[in-house]
Amino acid sequence: MTVDLQLSVNEQIYPLTVDTRETLLDTLRERLDLAGSKKGCDHGQCGSCTVLVDGRRVKSCLTLTVTVDDQPITTVEGLAGEDGLHPLQRAFIEHDAFQCGYCTPGQLCSAAGMLAEAARGWPSAVTPDVAADPVLGEEEIRERMSGNLCRCGAYPGIVAAIEEVAR
Amino acid sequence: MTTTEITYVGSPIDRVDGLEKVTGRARYASEHNPRDLTYAAPVQATIARGEVKGMDAGAALKVPGMIAVIWHGNAPRLAPSDAAELSVLQSPRVAYRGQYVAVAIAETLEAAREAAALLRVEYSEEAHDVELRADHPRLYRPDHVNPRLPADDVRGDPDAALASAPVVVDATYTTPAEHNNPMEPHATVAEWDGGGLTVHDSTQGPTALRGQLAPLFGMPPEQVRIISPHVGGGFGSKGLAHPHVVLAALAAKQVGRPVKLTVTRREMFAVTGYRTPTIQRVRLGAEEDGRLIAISHEACEQSSTIAEFAEQTTVATRMMYAAPHRRTTHRLVRLDVPTPSWMRAPGEAPGMFALESAMDELAVACGVDPVELRVRNEPATDPDTGLPFSSRNLVACLREGARRFGWDARDPRPGVRRRGGLLYGTGVASSTYPAYRSPSQASARAEPDGTFTVRIAAADLGTGARTVLTQIAADTLRAPAERVRVEIGDSALPQASIAGGSMGTASWGTAVVRACEALVRELERTGGVVPPGGAEASAATAEEVRGQEKYARHAFGAQFAEVAVDADTGETRVTRLLGVFAAGRIVNPKTARSQFVGGMTMGLSMALFEESVMDARFGDYLNNDLAQYHIAANADVRDIEAFWVEEDDPHLNPMGTKGIGEIGIVGTAAAVANAVHHATGIRVRDLPIRLDRLVR
Repeated sequence: MTVDLQLSVNEQIYPLTVDTRETLLDTLRERLDLAGSKKGCDHGQCGSCTVLVDGRRVKSCLTLTVTVDDQPITTVEGLAGEDGLHPLQRAFIEHDAFQCGYCTPGQLCSAAGMLAEAARGWPSAVTPDVAADPVLGEEEIRERMSGNLCRCGAYPGIVAAIEEVAR
Repeated sequence: MTTTEITYVGSPIDRVDGLEKVTGRARYASEHNPRDLTYAAPVQATIARGEVKGMDAGAALKVPGMIAVIWHGNAPRLAPSDAAELSVLQSPRVAYRGQYVAVAIAETLEAAREAAALLRVEYSEEAHDVELRADHPRLYRPDHVNPRLPADDVRGDPDAALASAPVVVDATYTTPAEHNNPMEPHATVAEWDGGGLTVHDSTQGPTALRGQLAPLFGMPPEQVRIISPHVGGGFGSKGLAHPHVVLAALAAKQVGRPVKLTVTRREMFAVTGYRTPTIQRVRLGAEEDGRLIAISHEACEQSSTIAEFAEQTTVATRMMYAAPHRRTTHRLVRLDVPTPSWMRAPGEAPGMFALESAMDELAVACGVDPVELRVRNEPATDPDTGLPFSSRNLVACLREGARRFGWDARDPRPGVRRRGGLLYGTGVASSTYPAYRSPSQASARAEPDGTFTVRIAAADLGTGARTVLTQIAADTLRAPAERVRVEIGDSALPQASIAGGSMGTASWGTAVVRACEALVRELERTGGVVPPGGAEASAATAEEVRGQEKYARHAFGAQFAEVAVDADTGETRVTRLLGVFAAGRIVNPKTARSQFVGGMTMGLSMALFEESVMDARFGDYLNNDLAQYHIAANADVRDIEAFWVEEDDPHLNPMGTKGIGEIGIVGTAAAVANAVHHATGIRVRDLPIRLDRLVR
């Protein structure tokens, strides 16, 4: 079964006919040629496919495209603004926060979403006082970024890069 | 030509492909969509041993958008091959559960997957045997072990020496099957045209893959092109061709259109290789002061029934420590299991877990400090070959690591450091990895606009190869790195050895240096003027590599771990991990640190989490996804640091480098296990260090 819809990705509107079984990740990669979002497991277990839907981080491999036709989507391709790279992108290069680069788009989108969550005061499992505004130190960042696996082991660089941007 | 003062080798420059990777512009194998593309969904065997008797494709072929079902009964014939794993769909035999037995091709991925699920495969099933045991009746001695080393080696009379040694450690260690699990699943886009076959693939070696693929289709290598500019990790699993590449090429040939085949994470547990489980008995005989008299290290491993992969588990033991009597052996049993293959430091990683755990047990038995014990057993020359070491700075790594870690204040008593509900302990282990080099070719070209292009069919899996080759070329050309473009990841480029065995930089760097030197000479001849058509030079290093001096070449390291073990639950956390390495000259401190830390992180993961569980009843790896096969996540990695000692070794290669891709994982698990013993008094000899192994 197919559905006609309009998808808003990185502030562009894409009119599409999609299979109702199609995931947002497959639509991005196979239909819109936005291959920045990565397929690491297709089961929501690795975080490589993380994108922002209405500013919140979601796993696009677990999201059916037909469910997000009314919400703005941001992928790694849309992180950089007109005045250049997103601060997270710059910090990731500076801190060598990746090796193979395959988890990187998901790490970046996840980090952007996570910074917004923290700014809204959302606690994590390691926040000492859930009523206070969270302070993004190393432990908080590690905890909040643990849904994004990196097999190359670039975690210390990822934490350092995010900590710099969070300051 | 521009002369510059800057020396790039040794500088921590940013990755040259960093911008592409953080913007999502870097294209990986499956991210190519040629015109008329079709999608493949493979079907895996649901029995561990037997035969495919028939295929009912009736329902599958009715799926809208369906193009074809290919199986043994209708598959194009491939040329006969010694590589049985690559003879895909050529025989009705099933050698392991999960082996590819068919593939559905459709206009969309969704349709292909639906059709694959609707295929009915009829099997005749036979009893299977999938369990590795040290007393398995079919254990045998392989002719050689990976890469081509003697299976057994005996010096002196180890049995007699062990019988009369004042102190003896005799223990059996086991390591589980482990899966590489690079973040990018293996993927192939295969396309045939008049000239031959073009393959976008995620591979550690475009030249090698071309050489494996072409003969299967009865073509010379020149008619196959492998394109692989970015590889999302490999850790050995993308070093050799696996069945999916052949399946994609075969399917594209059959349907006459390009085919995209992305291996699923679950499929990867059966068809892309893994680290064999091992059972290792280590016996150490020593004087009371810890000086070794005899070392015996005997390993049992598995391979599949269709391919012999014999891992070199005990080989590092042949050169680590001085002892007049030594035995190292390998025994293999062929089971109805998937074929194991390379995984980061095959041999050294599991082997050094056993040896370095046993050394810790010896230190305890002798009452000698574990750092001091290793220093005491330092050999003057390579115990294996008798050759001098080109350089060996294990002792420097141990001393420097001990100083940085604060080892000297360590109380050796186990189980006495309790803070709150946590037991703390520290442990040390040695690391080592051979410094190989393989023949490669490269070309260097001066463009009329003042830039340079260096070409070599190397691969960058995240190692930083593209970056360090740029640095090496810029220094040799005496040109700013911004003007040097390095093209890799394409079999149409000058042929290169694979990214494996930690030999990439040494092998490719030599070829790049020689090509750039030849270009500099060429430009000197023309008075520094680049002709309108550019100037080009090339080099091949086979002769140089063959003719190198006789030395034992190895990198060394020392790893120190601190753990906190929950006294009630057994939950173990690595609170500190510190490594010091001696690996020749470090080309790029920034990317090198990432390599060392990445290896150590995988070692931490091996120590605490990683285990592929064989389901004896059904004959496959049960926990075949990333929710059940645990790898270290961000919160698991706390305080981790890598350092290196200066090492000026003139006997290696023009850059003075040793490989650094694998040594970081070697010894880590032993350092953690030794720290767990120091924390709790419990010696865990079976990886991973699970809760149930600590709760008494």
